[in-house]
Amino acid sequence: MAVLKVLVIDDEPGIRSGVSRILNNFHVTYPFMDEDYTFEVIEAGTGEEGIEILEKDMPDILLLDNKLPGIQGVDVLEYIRKRNYDIVVAMITSYASLDVAIRATRDGAIDFIPKPFTPQELKSSIENITKQQYLKRITHKMQQEGKKVRYQFLAVLSHELKAPLNALEGYLRMMQGKQAGELIDDYATPIERSLQRIQGMRNLIMDLLDFTKIRLERKEEKIQEVNMAEVASTAIVTVQPYAIQMDVNINLDVRANVVIMADPDDIEIIFNNLISNAVKYNKIGGKAEITIDSSETEAILIISDTGIGITKNDTENLFTEFVRIKNEKTRNISGSGLGLSIVKKVVELYHGTIKVESTPDVGTVFTIRLPKKPITIT
Amino acid sequence: MNKSDFTILVADDDPDYLFQTVFNLEKEGYKTMAVESQAEAESVIARFKPSLAIFDLMMESDDSGFILCYKIKKKYPDVPVILATAVSHETGLTFSIDSEQDKSWIRADIYLEKGIRPEQLDQEIMKLLKL
Repeated sequence: MAVLKVLVIDDEPGIRSGVSRILNNFHVTYPFMDEDYTFEVIEAGTGEEGIEILEKDMPDILLLDNKLPGIQGVDVLEYIRKRNYDIVVAMITSYASLDVAIRATRDGAIDFIPKPFTPQELKSSIENITKQQYLKRITHKMQQEGKKVRYQFLAVLSHELKAPLNALEGYLRMMQGKQAGELIDDYATPIERSLQRIQGMRNLIMDLLDFTKIRLERKEEKIQEVNMAEVASTAIVTVQPYAIQMDVNINLDVRANVVIMADPDDIEIIFNNLISNAVKYNKIGGKAEITIDSSETEAILIISDTGIGITKNDTENLFTEFVRIKNEKTRNISGSGLGLSIVKKVVELYHGTIKVESTPDVGTVFTIRLPKKPITIT
Repeated sequence: MNKSDFTILVADDDPDYLFQTVFNLEKEGYKTMAVESQAEAESVIARFKPSLAIFDLMMESDDSGFILCYKIKKKYPDVPVILATAVSHETGLTFSIDSEQDKSWIRADIYLEKGIRPEQLDQEIMKLLKL
């Protein structure tokens, strides 16, 4: 017999005592569980009080009301998530606000118990949670080995790779069935779109190769003196045809002649991605400015544009794999969603930092600082 | 009732998927309304009641499809909704309505994997519209 601690945070005393009463005589069994689970209920009337108990007693399950007198339920969730506490959280809520529900799910809540609830509803939720908690503990080891992260990466990757394949398949079936007419000219748009999707997929694969490359171990012999201005100039030449199409003017401002010890391929990845973004997310007739400067210990690269910009909310996830900011302005811009995450990984490989400042409709500035001194690449 | 008596709202930010879906539905005889974002879909729903809706899951945000399902069911509880996504079942990613727990708050009638054949899609639609 194992006892699970249940903390209930709700400002309504009736809800708290109800939970205590219902769970005191309740136990959960399941064929593959080693033992029965029973419950010990701890009550808190506010989020602040709840956090105090959390720190002291470390409950296994948390039943959390969102609307609280002081800090809100989502704040408590955030607190738990930040500390990586192994607590299963269920929100006690009315279904009125799906937005809260979705945000809570993202922050780690796994269930929603409608308010008011019947004893049976609470019991079945707790049963469900107990089983999930049990499974979670079994899979904990797997997560520690980083397998889960890789798994999710692959899941999203499969999504990104399947979308263009679905599009191509659809167009080919359309042609196979001669659904838009007898003539090849009847299929001009599907053919053009298919070619564009293939190009998009090719870009994704190229980015993926970069992505894999930077994850592989570095060979010391590839590290050499790299002149920042030279690499930047090469990258500008690569992006130039696209810049001409967009009527974007690219300017390189070399304020200091900076040479660092690095693998030139890595520095190229940084410049290629950031300069092509500065063009891609710009306005027709806009400007992209690349500044190379240096402090005593660091190389400073500043890439700024006069483009569509990024909202403060969106900058938070900007460097996450496969995160693409989706809105009206980016709708027709294609990208793999890997570029910036690759740049960040490279920068971190060299113990550098990357910072972004942006104002929607005004532009974006990326600032990268890389140590000049030769360092051991990890 | 004929298929031409039904208007199907399709929301998807993949222009090719949208084009193909609408093309196939119209070929079957349905009327269609195509929108490329959650925002557009919401403004359509505010003014117009479709006979059935097909929503992509990930548009402006990862959960656009969920939110649209919720909003359309709130306004028109009797309109069937199909949630479509290219996220694989087998990856175990959380976007499915297989579990009872998910069903309790994801308000779609069925969940379809993208890449479904047009004939299959039509069969599912006919079932939902009781044709």
